[in-house]
Amino acid sequence: MPEITYREALKRALREEMQRDPTVVIWGEDVVAYAGGGAYGVTAGLAKEFPGRVRDTPIAEEAIVGVGLGAAMGGLRPVCEIMTVNFTLVAWDQIVNHVAKQSHMFNGQIKVPMVIRTPNGHGRTAATHSQNFDAWFASIPSLKVVAPATPYDAKGLLKTAIRDDDPVIFLEHLQLYSTRGEVPDEEYLIPIGEADYKRRGKDITIVTWGRMTIESLKAAKILAEEGIDVEIVDLRTLRPMDVPTILESVRKTNRAIVVEEGWRTCGLGAEIAATIQEQAFNYLDAPVARVAGLEVPMPYARNLERATIPFAEDVVEAVRAMMRNEY
Amino acid sequence: MDRESLISLYRQMLLIRVFEDRAAEMYAKAKIAGFLHLYNGQEAIAVGAVSALNPDDEIVVNYRDHGWALARGCSARAVMAELFGRATGTTGGRGGSMHLVDVSRHFWGGYAIVGGHLPLAVGLGVAAQYLGTGRVTLCSMGDGSTNIGTFHAAMNWAKLWNVPVIFVVENNQYAMGTAYEVHSAVPMLTKAAGYNMYAEEVDGMDVMAVREAVCRAAERARSGLGPSFLNMVTYRFRGHSMADPDVQRSKEEIAEWRKRDPITRFADEVLLKRELVTQADLDAIRKSVEEEVEDAIQFADQSPEPPLESLYDYIYMQPVSNMQIGGSLIRPPKLGGRVAPNGKHHVSAQTSYA
Repeated sequence: MPEITYREALKRALREEMQRDPTVVIWGEDVVAYAGGGAYGVTAGLAKEFPGRVRDTPIAEEAIVGVGLGAAMGGLRPVCEIMTVNFTLVAWDQIVNHVAKQSHMFNGQIKVPMVIRTPNGHGRTAATHSQNFDAWFASIPSLKVVAPATPYDAKGLLKTAIRDDDPVIFLEHLQLYSTRGEVPDEEYLIPIGEADYKRRGKDITIVTWGRMTIESLKAAKILAEEGIDVEIVDLRTLRPMDVPTILESVRKTNRAIVVEEGWRTCGLGAEIAATIQEQAFNYLDAPVARVAGLEVPMPYARNLERATIPFAEDVVEAVRAMMRNEY
Repeated sequence: MDRESLISLYRQMLLIRVFEDRAAEMYAKAKIAGFLHLYNGQEAIAVGAVSALNPDDEIVVNYRDHGWALARGCSARAVMAELFGRATGTTGGRGGSMHLVDVSRHFWGGYAIVGGHLPLAVGLGVAAQYLGTGRVTLCSMGDGSTNIGTFHAAMNWAKLWNVPVIFVVENNQYAMGTAYEVHSAVPMLTKAAGYNMYAEEVDGMDVMAVREAVCRAAERARSGLGPSFLNMVTYRFRGHSMADPDVQRSKEEIAEWRKRDPITRFADEVLLKRELVTQADLDAIRKSVEEEVEDAIQFADQSPEPPLESLYDYIYMQPVSNMQIGGSLIRPPKLGGRVAPNGKHHVSAQTSYA
């Protein structure tokens, strides 16, 4: 199977869906002209391929989301790009009070087939440009929240998200855009709401998503050499969450660590740990543990930034500790 | 307009007035809860504007939406039932007073975050433009909406993309309790001028003036001339909501504006003056309106509350195979421990809560 980047996988998904459905449009800041298309190059070239359907917008995230919402109500399938997840805060009212309310509050009269694509990430960009709000998005009823880790998942999930009749928050990651992975040339879709075993193992379950899936896979490789067989459940969809798959794995391994990039307090790890303990308590040989980002506004300095974000070595340490029954 | 159409404008305005007065009465009787923002005084705007639009033009309004729903043809029964929180209401009791809707009539709803619906209206306009439907989107807002960021973002976008949208400011001169000169730095039309947008000031207490202004704006939009901004000067005869003791505005000011009541004015200056109706005709209209609203109250009061089993309906329009309530497994105790109610759009594969 050919290997392509996560960035290219996303672009192929956009291209295929635009070819398939003339109501799919892409709006966002600098998706057309800047650097050939997109601050991170995802939409590069698409404006030329699809005249009038890929448009630069003002830097006004509340309007990008709000106009996208109205257009979705009016019969289009907008894919709105918010340059980074940090800027979704400007559109938070639109997302929570409008996008997420329409279908239920209006009793099924309105559907909102829109996708909001936005990357998590960091890269010496300091406190206001290095954040992660996965747990916030995932706490909101009526949103679907997706966070793919691999090029394969990115493509299949974005295609599904565009075809979905509900609003989908599509969380990409700056550190993943240039990663490579196998993606078949033929078309495929990945259902929203289904986790994926990224590694089968018998000793311990790691529940994770997004960039931390990749770090967890690196950790599993190191741990395998030590004789620890890690199972990795990549959630892929954060809401609605595939709880049955998490439980299936935990009931087998009897140990679980949730690995997330964002802040620990009120993070998604807390929700997952509570869910495991509510529903699989008798299967657990140890408390559910968490690996998470440190709770500070992200510093700029190289060493401080690195200390703040979880990496494979943090996962390795946590797994070793749990296997030594130190939790 | 022919005689029947003019009488219809009058009847619609009167229906809204009587409906609102009776709704206030039902609020006092605790049949209606929460917020109740009444439309008294502003009737000419909804009625005049809707009369100028096609049935498939899009309408998006704020939370003071009863008048718009009734003017667009929603039944008094459905609107009153919604205020009562009943299954027969416009959203089956989900949205209440501030979120009336009827998409079959291209009435896309009342929105309750000040200024929040403006980008949405622009989006409906962009969709119409993209799909070539020829539809115009009318977006009404209060004067208090014209200071928040979404107002400026929406105005800029509408002009930039030449969107067929009509912004109607129902300028009742107060943002909740804060007077215009306390909340805005510049006159209303200056705000439109900042975006080089076609704008008019309109007597919002004159249903014919409203109708004509919206006709002009709709014509412009349909002929590709883009957005318009109509500053409709009006006044609400009651407080901001039923919770407002209305102490900020002087009695003299309110009395002065009541002299310009859009309903009596239309009756006196058009219907009676042109001898289109007699006083007996007007009395008969009032009687029929009062009966219609009384019937709506009876209907609402006798309607059932929405079934508990419907609670999770439409959380998603497209089901997700692995989905359980709330995303994780949570047994809703008030639903008798059922993991999944019989929601049409709610699939629960797992019932193994144990």
